Amino acid sequence: MKKRLRKIIISAIIFLIAVLIEKFNFINLNENILLITQVILYVISYLIVGFEVLKKAVINIVHGEFFDENFLMGIATIGAFAIKEFPEAVAVMLFYQVGEYFQSYAVKKSRKSIASLMDIRPDYANLKVNGNIEKKSPEEVRIGDTIVVKPGEKVPLDGIVTEGNSMLDTSALTGESVPREVNINDNILSGCINLNGVLEIKVEKEFGESTVSKILDLVENATNKKAKTENFITKFSKYYTPIVVFLALIIAFIPPIITKTEMLDWVYRALTFLVVSCPCALVISVPLSFFSGIGSASKKGILVKGSNYLEILSKTEIAVFDKTGTLTKGVFDVQKIANEKDVDKNELLELATYCESYSNHPISLSIQKAYGKEIDKKRIIESKEVAGKGIISKIDNKEVACGNIKLMEILGIKNIKETDEIGTIVYVAIDKKYAGYILISDEIKEDSKKAIQDLKKAGVKKTVMLTGDNKEVAEKVNKELNLDVVYSELLPVDKVNKVEELLKNKKEESKLAFVGDGINDAPVLARADIGIAMGGLGSDAAIEAADIVIMTDEPSKIATAMKISRKTLKIVYQNISFALIVKIGVLILSAFGLASMWLAVFADVGVTVLAVLNSFRVEC
Amino acid sequence: MKKNYILEDLDCANCAVKIEDAVKNIEGVRECSVSFVTEKMIVEIDDEKEEEIKKQIKKIVKKIEPDTTLKEL
Repeated sequence: MKKRLRKIIISAIIFLIAVLIEKFNFINLNENILLITQVILYVISYLIVGFEVLKKAVINIVHGEFFDENFLMGIATIGAFAIKEFPEAVAVMLFYQVGEYFQSYAVKKSRKSIASLMDIRPDYANLKVNGNIEKKSPEEVRIGDTIVVKPGEKVPLDGIVTEGNSMLDTSALTGESVPREVNINDNILSGCINLNGVLEIKVEKEFGESTVSKILDLVENATNKKAKTENFITKFSKYYTPIVVFLALIIAFIPPIITKTEMLDWVYRALTFLVVSCPCALVISVPLSFFSGIGSASKKGILVKGSNYLEILSKTEIAVFDKTGTLTKGVFDVQKIANEKDVDKNELLELATYCESYSNHPISLSIQKAYGKEIDKKRIIESKEVAGKGIISKIDNKEVACGNIKLMEILGIKNIKETDEIGTIVYVAIDKKYAGYILISDEIKEDSKKAIQDLKKAGVKKTVMLTGDNKEVAEKVNKELNLDVVYSELLPVDKVNKVEELLKNKKEESKLAFVGDGINDAPVLARADIGIAMGGLGSDAAIEAADIVIMTDEPSKIATAMKISRKTLKIVYQNISFALIVKIGVLILSAFGLASMWLAVFADVGVTVLAVLNSFRVEC
Repeated sequence: MKKNYILEDLDCANCAVKIEDAVKNIEGVRECSVSFVTEKMIVEIDDEKEEEIKKQIKKIVKKIEPDTTLKEL
């Protein structure tokens, strides 16, 4: 870089001297000597800055590469020398190199700034060996080793906390700024930053398998999966250069023959064409913009696995959601305890908990969770399950029955207050007398409603909910969320069929996204135009199955991802159209002899630099 | 098998495209993708031709972008 800059400066100084000695002619040289001195200075200046270009051009011709930018620049400038446009020749080469310098500076800068967005790679691990701490590279640490993470350090590998407690900054992984607490026996993920306490961690995954490596790998490889627009531009550029060069040849030879005018003027126009024939601005700005988009998404806890997915996301008009675990929390909680007048509410919950305490059915677990106290198993004298109906247990000296309405009917319980509330209802009878019921249901996530609204604002035309739950539950959830269509009582295979049906009935150019939790909906994620998995942090299955992974549990991040994708594509199109308009404009002007080579070289490198700078703007 | 390479000092986006195209044409290469921004090349190759393919990739890179060095990841 430095060497390049020095060459440019020296060459520019010699160029200036050459221009100035003609203007001022201080030493009163006679005209011939002046001209020769000038030409010598121009040639020196040209060679200093352009020798590399000429060398590459020659090498490329030997390899049969004719439409290479070095060759084109070489021909354009040597041509300018040949028609005695000396200052032009040097200036074009000089500006070309200045432009290349800026461009590579800007590219380096943007590579760095995007890399710093993803600066989650840990540099070392403090390995505990016989009570001493040794600094090791994370790759050297093995499963079962114990590592120590001090405040301010990055957690280098996934594992379980064995000592200490602390707050963790997970923002690099999730985009979430609220710190998370960890205690002994909690899982801990690499890539988090330890904020206050000292932690000892038993390593559970090697570095290559740890969360941080997986995420980095995904994001770093994302630009290798190219978007359609990018492929189109590369294809376009393969035709663009030969066509412009061909046009240049026509302009140089045909018009002078037809119009019998001076050939030099036409050659000059043709050389101007060659200067504009390089497709760099186009080819460089597209992948850079996509990379910026992917980088800024990952900063917000959204992993995009390829440029192509970002592009498809921007065209998404149908968003299909799985209900449980995506729009709702997927955790079943006791929502209501409806006790009879003569039964105490706490006693009802306590007896129900004891009754169900030998079961690990999700419903039983949520009742136990609501009770929240230690269970004294000695109080359970007897417990038996009535398959598909419930459980009957003897607690202390009471007979407790917990289950659905069928269980109550079998036992001949009277005066049951049946309810049509939405969720799972556990009826409780104590000593054959109805005591009340417990309502257990899933909860809608706090930001689900906002997520649906934001998606509509971001341009999604149709929102759909799929669920295996019954119609009542689905409708109740939708009353709050307001999706356009709800399909309920679906088996996993029905979900694939529904998505297939939606795919068949939509327009080709509008895309369908499926959002799930990535755990048991892999086939649907794969079938949709784009599969989005929620809660990817710590879930390998979700990261594996989806095209886009939302690291947190927030569905509202999908709208964020969509906004980023739209902005990225907008900038991509801006860059493409800007570059094309300027290039075609200069081509037309120079065909009519209205553009100089100066303007052409400015157009060429200027557009490239502007396009590169513009691609930074994605980071919003 | 899948191989990852770094193309250090890859300075020109057009060259990235040319390298990608040329590597795709090597016999035994099933897939190749070069990312200009991350300077990364990912290739899918037939296992038994690994050494030969690596040599050819090196040659292509030297030919198209003499200032770029190929490093295995």
